[in-house]
Amino acid sequence: MLEEILKKYPQHEDSLIEILLEYQNKKTKRFITEEEIAQISNYLGVTESKVCSVVSFYTFFSTEPRGKHIIQICKDVPCYVNGRGNVLKTLEQLLNIRIGETTKDEKFTLEYTSCLGNCDGAPAMRIDGKTFTNLNPNKVKAIISEYRGVN
Amino acid sequence: MVNIKINNTDVTVEEGTTILDAAKTKNIKIPTLCYYPDLDIKSDCRICTVEIAGEKGLVTACSTPVREGMEIKTNSPRVLNARKTITELMLANHDANCTACEKNMNCELQTLANTLGIDENRFESVLEMQELDTANTSITRNPNRCIKCGRCVDVCKNVQGINVLESMNRSHEMVISPKYGKYLSDEDCTFCGQCSSVCPVASITEKDETDIVWNALDDDKKHVIVQVAPAVRVSLGEEMGQKPGSIVTEKMVAALKQLGFDRVFDTDFTADLTIIEEGNELIERIKTGGKLPMMTSCCPGWISLVEQKYPDLIDNISSCKSPQQMFGALAKTYYAKKQNIDPKDLFVVSIMPCTAKKYEAAREEMSVDGKNQDVDAVLTTRELGKMVRQMGINFDQLDKVEFDDPFGITSGAGAIFGATGGVMEAALRTVSEVVNEKPLEKLDFETVRGLEGIKEAEVDLGGQKVKVAVAHSLSKAKTLADQVKDGTSPYAFIEVMTCPGGCIGGGGQPYNTTNAVREERIRATYQVDSDMKIRKSHENPVINKLYDDYLKKPLSDLSHDLLHTHYRKRNA
Repeated sequence: MLEEILKKYPQHEDSLIEILLEYQNKKTKRFITEEEIAQISNYLGVTESKVCSVVSFYTFFSTEPRGKHIIQICKDVPCYVNGRGNVLKTLEQLLNIRIGETTKDEKFTLEYTSCLGNCDGAPAMRIDGKTFTNLNPNKVKAIISEYRGVN
Repeated sequence: MVNIKINNTDVTVEEGTTILDAAKTKNIKIPTLCYYPDLDIKSDCRICTVEIAGEKGLVTACSTPVREGMEIKTNSPRVLNARKTITELMLANHDANCTACEKNMNCELQTLANTLGIDENRFESVLEMQELDTANTSITRNPNRCIKCGRCVDVCKNVQGINVLESMNRSHEMVISPKYGKYLSDEDCTFCGQCSSVCPVASITEKDETDIVWNALDDDKKHVIVQVAPAVRVSLGEEMGQKPGSIVTEKMVAALKQLGFDRVFDTDFTADLTIIEEGNELIERIKTGGKLPMMTSCCPGWISLVEQKYPDLIDNISSCKSPQQMFGALAKTYYAKKQNIDPKDLFVVSIMPCTAKKYEAAREEMSVDGKNQDVDAVLTTRELGKMVRQMGINFDQLDKVEFDDPFGITSGAGAIFGATGGVMEAALRTVSEVVNEKPLEKLDFETVRGLEGIKEAEVDLGGQKVKVAVAHSLSKAKTLADQVKDGTSPYAFIEVMTCPGGCIGGGGQPYNTTNAVREERIRATYQVDSDMKIRKSHENPVINKLYDDYLKKPLSDLSHDLLHTHYRKRNA
């Protein structure tokens, strides 16, 4: 699958992020392996260090297998001072995992993200691209049970 | 032109000038850390922060161009406070054990903390000690001292085109490292050491071998000899507080004698020998339809690049060992025999402008007995400076002393090996006289000199017009290597040096090497050449005697055994 995606893009450093996004979104567990990083760097003529730098910078990308739903909680200061701690604690208890982990049933992955641009609605989190703001433990419980119910 | 005020002084500069450069025109010093002359503007560190009247936030002077009517304050309490905070934050994540650091008293962060008057840090240390990378023979990486300025990443990626070092992760978790935190020796690192040259702290340094050398010098059973590379005599002065471009050859020899070396020899001698061997190799390749273009082999960083990235070009590389290794091989055979010394008791040190030379000396091919290194220890110019200071030598007061015989009689051609284009020029002086069988009218090949990235020349060899080219820095080398790989290279002979400016800009040279400093060292290098009595390698009488007495003729069987080598494709 990676080879087909690579072929669509010009062999230039500028294609890197688009390739990573398209490929990762098509993979069931939405992560990128070392072998794939090597393959992409080889195709684009950039070093693996360069690809690693980009993959590790953007929280969109992961080098660890992820669950069906990716919950990303904002790591930045406004969310911190507005009670992210309790929100995170609630999430960890509900899902029975720690930040950075995936549930045993592979339904949820809990990870940090950099600022979501919703500081006015801090604390904020994002699930599969959808943003949730003004969070508190009760609101988080409702959101998670909704995701559980849907599945 | 744009009119601005800096600290109430009127300044007029060209449009597009940065605040930092505008301030320099009036001798107003704005401190910098990630900024480095000739490299990209990064504005990572924020130390050059200044205040502009009417603007809410502080801006970085290195990256902000001036605008008409701008009123800038470079030292307001607000600016000073911001700089202090930034520095304190850096120090809170820095192994600031200054007295146990190679760069104590020579560290840009330390100087900054000192000038800002930081006497205590308001922030608690958040440093988590990481493992050091000491896995290779050339360069040590200490992540605990890294301040993440990004200079090393810039030089590795943009100047050298290698891009082994990168910034990983983001925000306060950002680190500078090869991929997956690997060792440099696991990567396609050429050990050029340009990263160590621009590091403002001691996060990347050469692997220190001064202790090994002190111990050898102290060992009565050892006969310790030293060779000094051409580029060191025009840069060591800077380590001793002299201005760039100072020529300190005789004082350097005197200092080495005081350090206790039994004989002080000149790598210029084996540079001359390289020219005879390599020149004859080129003539033979041209005559017999051998692989062309022939590419020079004296630079170990370049050899690493070819072995790692251009294995198809291995046969294009001259089989000649570098001058350092020719010296080592001759020392352990010819010299040892002549002096009646058991090679086991002979300790060969070289002083090089280079960190990759440490790697080269440790290569398994570089051993005439198959067990011990021909060159036992390699010190950079900086390490020699350190030893001279450790010894308490008053460098300026030293008497002038000449190199020892026999490897001290050299030509100007050997001397210019230190500058980009020098090997080419030295080779052309010999090859054209040998082929054309008449003396050159003009010895100076100016078109191959200077800091332009790729230089070309055309020479007449026995009625045949031959094109040659010179590249310095690995990104430029890659341009020429790609042409050879594609079969589009119009050249017969190519000189490649890994470092910008050639060895005078080597990774082991004194800190603060900029293009302006490189220009001065290059000027000094050609001064050394033009002051020499002999300026062509084939007119060096000791070289000719060496062939008569020992090697017999260029490219002889013995020459091949001692002075030539081979290369191999390798990963990392």
